[in-house]
Amino acid sequence: MKDTLSNTERKTAYILTLPAVCLVFAVILFPIFANIWISFKEVELKDIRIPEPRAKKIVKSISGDPTKIKILYKLRNSSLIQEIRDVSFQDKFPKNFKTEELDSRCEFKKYILKCKFGNWPEKYRENFQVVFETDDGSKIDNKKLKSIKPKLDGKSDNILLNTNFTLKNFKKVLFENEFVDLLLTTFYYTFFGTVGSIIFGILTAQMVNQKFYGRTFMRSVLLFPYVAPVVALAYTWELLLDPTSGTLNSLLINYQIIETPINLLGQKYVEINILGFDFKLRLALTTVIMFEIWRYFPLAFLFILARLQAIPKELYEAADVDGASPFQKFFKITLPQITAVISILFMIRFIWNFNKFEDVFLLTGGASGTRTLPINVYQQGFAISDIGMGSAVSMVIVVLLLMFMFFYFKLLGKRVDEN
Amino acid sequence: MRTKNTIIFSLISTFFLIFLISIWKILATLQGLNIQNFNLQIIFILGFLISLAHLTISDKIRNFYKSILFSLIFVICDGYLIQQLPLWYNIGVFLILYFFVNQIKKYNFDNLKEEHSTQVIFFDFLTLFGILFFSFVILFPFYMMLVTSFKTQMALLVNPLDFSINFGQDFKDLFKSYFVIFKSYKFGKYILTSTIVSLGTVIITLLFAIPAAYAIARLNFFGRTFLSTSILIIYMFPAIVLVIPLYTVFSQLGLRNSIEGLLIVYTATTLPVAIYMLQGYFKSIPKELEEAAILDKLSWFGIIFKIIIPLSIPAISSVALYVFMIAWNEFLFSLMFLDNPNSFTLSRAIQYLSGDAETPRQYLMAGSVVVTLPVLFIFVYFEKYLVSGLTAGSVKG
Repeated sequence: MKDTLSNTERKTAYILTLPAVCLVFAVILFPIFANIWISFKEVELKDIRIPEPRAKKIVKSISGDPTKIKILYKLRNSSLIQEIRDVSFQDKFPKNFKTEELDSRCEFKKYILKCKFGNWPEKYRENFQVVFETDDGSKIDNKKLKSIKPKLDGKSDNILLNTNFTLKNFKKVLFENEFVDLLLTTFYYTFFGTVGSIIFGILTAQMVNQKFYGRTFMRSVLLFPYVAPVVALAYTWELLLDPTSGTLNSLLINYQIIETPINLLGQKYVEINILGFDFKLRLALTTVIMFEIWRYFPLAFLFILARLQAIPKELYEAADVDGASPFQKFFKITLPQITAVISILFMIRFIWNFNKFEDVFLLTGGASGTRTLPINVYQQGFAISDIGMGSAVSMVIVVLLLMFMFFYFKLLGKRVDEN
Repeated sequence: MRTKNTIIFSLISTFFLIFLISIWKILATLQGLNIQNFNLQIIFILGFLISLAHLTISDKIRNFYKSILFSLIFVICDGYLIQQLPLWYNIGVFLILYFFVNQIKKYNFDNLKEEHSTQVIFFDFLTLFGILFFSFVILFPFYMMLVTSFKTQMALLVNPLDFSINFGQDFKDLFKSYFVIFKSYKFGKYILTSTIVSLGTVIITLLFAIPAAYAIARLNFFGRTFLSTSILIIYMFPAIVLVIPLYTVFSQLGLRNSIEGLLIVYTATTLPVAIYMLQGYFKSIPKELEEAAILDKLSWFGIIFKIIIPLSIPAISSVALYVFMIAWNEFLFSLMFLDNPNSFTLSRAIQYLSGDAETPRQYLMAGSVVVTLPVLFIFVYFEKYLVSGLTAGSVKG
């Protein structure tokens, strides 16, 4: 009895989870494997279309003889790179048609013209023509003939399914001069974006954790950048920072803080002199990082606030009795209590920022030194139309990501052990 | 010690005052006022003197009169420096000063003598500063978005700093950008598409997620722990890695430029977090109810529909709102899969609009307002549900 119950339970569980598992498998897991496959192939955007045989039918009257007609088929292989095998052709004609001479590849039976054209190599073109006449001497209606479309069929390899593999993509990705720069940019973007958002998160959480008028409102406002659509925010920032008519530059010029406008999103470097040392700051990248911090610190804020509210009040009361200063209270009580949350936040945000595409894409499009790995996936795959390269870059992302994840779960495991 | 603390207090409060006045001046400049100088030195000296005067006068006159007196002095000095400014600007300065003097009234020579008093003062003002600073930094872009959508190209070219809105003008002129984007740029259609896609994603996600979450929360089966851990790992996987394979497959299946295609992808990407959030809640429902139901020979589906769903309406609505917001805000997949303007979602439409350099910026901002408002409205209205969702979902975006 018990066995049958657990059996039905198991069956029910599979039925209940199956739809979700299948969908996630099809849309998330399968593409990850497909990505590995594609990254070892030379595929371009235009190769994705499956090649097909095409025919354009042109009906030509023969002058002086309305009972005869010439039909020209312009045949071609739609693909510029792939052959089509066993092309078959079919076209229907009215019941009073007959033909005298016929191409050896074709036959005319039951008023249907059938041809077997064999294999067509890539870019193949042929003009194929047939002459018909009516067997009862009646006139031919050209328009009616034209309206009947020929049917073509053929076999072709799906370039994605064949087994030609190459290491070319990875060689190109890894040994390109820009690869180190790409990695560095991605790392700067990820690291400073993460650290910045956590620092701002701590500050704001500490702030909202105190009692003041309008505190709930403040908590909502702080989450606005995180919940609003990225498209709207990115364009608003772009407009604020625009060099020619942006609000920020206009304000700075108005107050005579700067003389010429600064192109915050379009200038790669800016030279800064601090204490006699000249160094170059990556301006556009810094701006993009600022945007990222602005947009994602609310998440850190939310997490840290939740943790702060769970700290027992007695700890602070005891500290007051001991005469601890506010700084001491922060560093000796608050900070140790939130380190666990911060370390998790750091990993989560690090992984997500590492893969962030939209923000940079909308702000700069990857120009002026803001090209990160995800932007490169897009540029290789869709701007340069090299799908294989794009896949290879995203494989690099996956490998780096797996390394991060390994550390993340190791850390999480450690934390569970400690508790 | 007293002198040192007095000076530190005055300095901190003065910097706070400078910050307040500067923000007011920036906002006033953006209303088209001709303010070209912050007069920081003067504000600094005045603020410092006011703080010192406050400490020395202390309780000798009533706080109310003291605030009025200080504020008036400041307004007169400031008004003398930047002349010909409208009354509302000076009233604003007066109110800021009044607020400021009220903020410093709790400090006097006595509590300056206490241990750690400078640190306490520093933290007090840091909190105040933080609240105002972050409100400004966050709300300012939203404010600019809204205000720009009401301006005309001409007005913005004439004075790029004048964002004052003339409410006296005709209703049609005021909302001109909105009329244009709905009429000429078919934004009505995009809103419809976005709504269908988002609501569709919510419904399908819940349909798939509720049974799966129930199974993971309650039933014993082989692979249960594997499923519940892999949910999180899958959730961490980046969308950018999926884009190319999905693009190729969707191209060959003819799913690009279709709502169905978007629905499939959105549902799959939101499913893991939905399952994760729901199973956590389902686990908190007492088991006794289901055991009673099993004795009553209720099927598993009956249990889900008659017991689990009615009991977890809060969690389900939180997941629904959260999924809705993800789908509504989604940009990457709509960029990749939609290139026919007839099937655009709102986000994609705005991006398309911005691709044309000729598009006036107020149209772009009107579009941004249109895409942002529903989300912010939902967020503010259902904040309680959503915040728990955000914490549980934790990572999206």
